Amino acid sequence: MVGGPASGVRSHGTGSGDLVPGKVEGAVARVTDWLRRNLFSSIANTVLTVAVLAALAWVVPPFVEWALTDATVSGAAKAACTGDGACWTFIRIRFPQFFYGHYPSEEIWRVNLAGLLLAAFSIPVLRDNTRRRGLWLLLLLTVFPVLAGILLVGGLPGLPYVDTSQWGGLMLDVLIAFVVVAGSLPFGIILALGRRSQLPVVRTLSVGFIELWRAMPLLTVITMSAVMLPVFLPEGVHIDRLIRALVVLVLFNAAYMAETVRGGLQGVEVGQEEAAYSVGLKWWQVEAFVVLPQALRYVMPGIVNNVVDLFKDTTLVTIIGLFDILGAVNQAIKDPAWLGLAHEGYVFTMVVFFTCCFAMSSYARRMERRLNRHRTGRH
Amino acid sequence: MVRRPSRRAYIGQWVLLAGVVAFGWLLTDMVAENYARKNLHFGFGFLADQAHFDIPFHLISWDLFDTYARTLLVCFLNTALVAALAIVTASLSGLLVGVMRLSVNWLVRNIALAFIEFVRNTPQLVQLIFWYVGVLQTLPSPRNSIHLPGGVLLNIRGLYVPDAVMRSDGGMLSWLALAALVLTPFAWRLRVGSVRVGPRALFLPLLALILFAAGVDHIEYPVLSGFNLAGGTQVPPELAALWVGLSIYATAFIAEIVRGSIEAISKGQHEAALSLGLKAWQRLFLVVLPQALRIMVPQLTSQYLNIIKSTTLGAAVAYPELMQIFAGTVMQQAAKEVETMVTVMAIFVAVNLAGSALMNWYNRRVTLVER
Amino acid sequence: MHYITRVATCCAIVAGMVGYTAGSWAQEVKSATIDAIKKRGELICGVDTGIPGFAFQDSAGKWSGLDISYCRALATAVLGSADKVKFIGTTSKVRFSVLQSGEIDVLIRDSTLTLTRNTELGLATGANNFFTGEAFMVKKALNVAHAKELNGATICVLTGTTLELNIADYGRANNIKINTLLFERPEEAFAAAEAGRCDGYTDDGGSVAAARSSMKSPDDWVILPELISREFLGSYTRQGDERWNILVRWTHMAMLEAEVLGITQANVDEIKKSATNPEVRGFLGLEENFGKKLGVDNEWAYRIVKEVGNYGGNYDKYFGPLKLPRGWNDLYTKGGLQYPLPWR
Repeated sequence: MVGGPASGVRSHGTGSGDLVPGKVEGAVARVTDWLRRNLFSSIANTVLTVAVLAALAWVVPPFVEWALTDATVSGAAKAACTGDGACWTFIRIRFPQFFYGHYPSEEIWRVNLAGLLLAAFSIPVLRDNTRRRGLWLLLLLTVFPVLAGILLVGGLPGLPYVDTSQWGGLMLDVLIAFVVVAGSLPFGIILALGRRSQLPVVRTLSVGFIELWRAMPLLTVITMSAVMLPVFLPEGVHIDRLIRALVVLVLFNAAYMAETVRGGLQGVEVGQEEAAYSVGLKWWQVEAFVVLPQALRYVMPGIVNNVVDLFKDTTLVTIIGLFDILGAVNQAIKDPAWLGLAHEGYVFTMVVFFTCCFAMSSYARRMERRLNRHRTGRH
Repeated sequence: MVRRPSRRAYIGQWVLLAGVVAFGWLLTDMVAENYARKNLHFGFGFLADQAHFDIPFHLISWDLFDTYARTLLVCFLNTALVAALAIVTASLSGLLVGVMRLSVNWLVRNIALAFIEFVRNTPQLVQLIFWYVGVLQTLPSPRNSIHLPGGVLLNIRGLYVPDAVMRSDGGMLSWLALAALVLTPFAWRLRVGSVRVGPRALFLPLLALILFAAGVDHIEYPVLSGFNLAGGTQVPPELAALWVGLSIYATAFIAEIVRGSIEAISKGQHEAALSLGLKAWQRLFLVVLPQALRIMVPQLTSQYLNIIKSTTLGAAVAYPELMQIFAGTVMQQAAKEVETMVTVMAIFVAVNLAGSALMNWYNRRVTLVER
Repeated sequence: MHYITRVATCCAIVAGMVGYTAGSWAQEVKSATIDAIKKRGELICGVDTGIPGFAFQDSAGKWSGLDISYCRALATAVLGSADKVKFIGTTSKVRFSVLQSGEIDVLIRDSTLTLTRNTELGLATGANNFFTGEAFMVKKALNVAHAKELNGATICVLTGTTLELNIADYGRANNIKINTLLFERPEEAFAAAEAGRCDGYTDDGGSVAAARSSMKSPDDWVILPELISREFLGSYTRQGDERWNILVRWTHMAMLEAEVLGITQANVDEIKKSATNPEVRGFLGLEENFGKKLGVDNEWAYRIVKEVGNYGGNYDKYFGPLKLPRGWNDLYTKGGLQYPLPWR
C-alpha cells in the first residue's frame, strides 16, 4: 500500500492445453514483476539498489574468501594453517575446551546426556499443543535439575566425581542461564504480584527492590558478588564464587522478569479477577489458577526474550575469572602454540551465540504471532 | 481495588517489614564484625589521599598526584562522555535503520533485518572485544598513519584531529559562539509579530562559526614526534571502540523500537497524508514520526539507560571509566572494597532513577487523553 | 597403707602433670587453617591466571610454574602428597579479597610484599620466593636503550598493581612522562603490545620475561636493563593464623635448604640412604623433629624434594626457557638474595 504503484500481474491466457510454456512465462513474469516492485520501483529506489549491491560486492567476497574459501580445517597444529584464510583448525582442536571447559574427556558423555535431557524436558514445555504444559514445566524445574546434577557432579559408582572448578565453556553458560531462569522466574512472579498488592509495605518493598536492581549495571553486580559479598558472610563461611555469582544473577534477573510479568498481569482483564473472587476463591487461588496462567501466556515471548538477554550476559562472568566459553577462547588465544588467531576465536564465539539466540528469539516471535492471532480473533 | 486484603494480610506485611529490617541489621552487624576481625576500617577518608597513578584519558586536567576524589570526578566525566556520544549516534543510526526496515526496497529491508538480528543475538562483550582487538588493533603504527583529508591522522594509537589553538583573548568569543549555537532552536520557534523566524535562525550557527574562527590563533596539526604523534586532539581507540560498540548494539534495539512505533500508527494517517499528495519523506517526518515519538519515548529512555549502564563494559577495552578505575584501580590501591563499590553503585542508581523520573514526567505531559 | 596412698597420689599427680604437658606439646601447634586443610584433604592455592614461569595452565588443564611448585610443596608438607592441591586462578583485582574471604588458604601469585598490603589489607606476608624489580619490555625497532629515554612513550600496565604507582614515581623522579594504558588481564596487555597499541609492556622482571616468550617473535623485543622499583614477590596468608604463616615460610626455606645442601629431586633417595652429615640428616627427618615442631610430620622436607624438587631445579625448569638468569634469585652463597635461615 505505502510506496510505489503496484503493477498488475500480466495474465497469460494460454489455456489449459499448453502447460509448460505458460508456466515458464508465468514464472518469469512473476520474478520480473517482483524485481520491479521491490527493487526498481522508482529512480531513487533503483539507485539505492545499485548502491547496496555495490557495497555488498565490496564487503562480502573478501569475508567469504577469508572464512570459507582460503580457510583451513584439517591438520593438528598451527603449521597446518597455510594460506591467508581463517585457521579453523584451531577451533576444531580446542573444541572440547570451548564447549566443556576442563571436564575430563572420558566423562564428556555425561554432559552430552544432560544436554539431551534438557532438550527432552524443555520441548514439551515449548511446543505449541502440549496438553499438560504445567506438569512438564514442573518436571523441568524439579526432576531435571536433580538428574543433571547427579550426571554432572558424579560421586556415585560408575560416575566418578568431577569438581565444579573443572566445569567450563559453553556448558557453564547454559548451566548458569538455566539455574538463573529457574530461580528468577518464580521470584520475579512474586515481585510482580507484590508490586500490584494493595498492602503498602509489600508494594513499597517490591517497587524498591525492582527499581534498585534494574538501576545497577550487570557488571557492577557481578563484580560485587566476587569482591564485596564475602564481607557480608560470617567467619568461616565461604561460598563458592560460582554460587555467589548465581545468587546475585538470580536477584538481578528477577527484577527484569518482574517487569515483564507485570505487563502480562496488566493485560488480564479485571473481570477475570472479579469473577474468580465472586466464586469464593481466596487471593492466592485467584492468582495461581486464574490470573497467572493467562498473564504468563501473554508474556511468554517477553520471558523468552529475557532468557536470550540473560544467555548473552552470561559471558560477563569471565570478568570475575569463571571459565565460560569467552574465558576459554581468551585463554586459547594466548596459548603460545596458537598465537595470533584472535579473529577466528571471536568469530566462532559470535556464531555459536548467534545460533542459539536466533533460534530462541525466532521461537519467541512465532509464539507472539500465534498469541496475537489467538487474541485478536478474526479481525 | 477488587477486594480488600484480610486483616491477617495487613498484619503480615508488618511482620515482613520487621523481617527485612532484621535482615538488614544482621548484614550490617556482619560487616562490622568482619571489619573488626580483619583490622580494616570503614570510611571515605581515603578520598583525600593521593592517587599516584596515571589515567590514560581525561577530559579535565589530571596530575599523577591528584586525589582519589578527583579520580572519581574524572572517571565520571569519562563515563558521561562516552554515554552521551553513544546515545546521540545510536539514536540517529537507530532511526535510520528503523526506517530502512520499512523500506519498499527488498534489499534494503533485509539488510537492515540481517544487521539487527545479528547484533541482537550476539553478546555485547564479544562485540566490544571484537571492535577493539579485531578492528582497531589492526590499524597501522604511528609511523605509517593513514592520512585523511583535513590533516586528520588515523593509526593504532587513535584518531588525531587538528586542534584549534585559541588566542589568549579568544575565550570570550568562544563563549559567544557557544551561546549563539545553543540559542538556535529557541530562535527557530520564535515569533516576531505574526511571522515565525524558522529557517532564518540558521544565521545563528553561521555567526557562531565566524566568532569562533575569529578567536583562533592557529591550527595545530598532529605530527610524528618521538614515540607518538604530538599536537592535535587524540581520540583514543579505547574510546572509539566503546563508542562504536555501544552505538551499534543500541542501534539494533532502537531500530526495532522505531519500527514498532511507526507500525503502530494507524494506517489511516499514512493514507490521509498520501491523499494530500505528501511525498514519502514528508509523510515520515511531518505526520508519522511526531506521533510515533509518543510511543517511542518510554522504550527509548530505557535503551538510553541501558547504554549508560553498559559503559561499565569499558573495562574490557581498557577505557578508563568508573568501573575500571574507581571500582578497580582505586579499590585495589586504597584497599577499600566496600566503599568504592557502594559509591559506584550509588552513582548508577541515582542516574537511573533520575532518568526514569524524567521519562515519567515527559510521558505524563504528552499522554493522549483518550475520549 | 598411708604411705603407699601418699606415694600413689603423688605419682598420679605427677603422671597427670606429665601427661597434660606432653599432651599439650602434641597439641601445641594450633592453626585453624592447617586443621581446615587436613579436614578438607586438599590445599586451595590462589595463583595467577596464566603467566608462563609463575603459573601456567596448558590446554589439558595442568598447571606448572614456580608458584605452582611452591603450592605443591605446601600440599605435600601438610597432606603428604603434592597432588592434593586445587589451584584457583585469580586476577589482580580479586586476588586479595579472595584470600581475605577464606576462599583460598594461601596466595602465591607473584604478588609484591608491601607495607600497605601488610597493614591495610589485614594480610600476613609469607616468604619471598622471587626477587626482582619492575622492568620494561620494548620493541627493538624503537632503539631505546634505557628507561629514561621513554619520555612520551605509552606503556601497557596491569591495573590494580604496584606497577602503576612505580611508573608515576619514576617519571616524577626523572622528569619524564610515561603514558600508561591499563588492562585487567595480562593477555589483553600482551595483545595490545603485540599490535603496537603501546610501545612496550611493564611488569615485574619474571613476568616481563614470560611476556616476551609469549610474543610472536620474542627476538623483536628487548628488556631494558633498569629495574625501577623493588618487586620482591612472595606469598600471603591471612592475619591471625601465625602457625600457618610459619609453615608457609619454612616450606620455601626447605626448598632453598635442599639446594644449599646439594640435595636434588634426582639424588634425594640416594642421599637419604647414605647421609652422615647431621644437617642433612636433620633436614631429611632422620634426626631431630623439625617437622613435628612445625606441626607436620618429619618426612615433610624429604617429600618436598622428592615430589617437587629444590628451588634451583624449579627455577631452571620454569625460567630457564624464558632465558632469565637467576640474578638476585640465586643463593646467598653465589651472590644472590635467596637464603634459608638455619634450622637448629
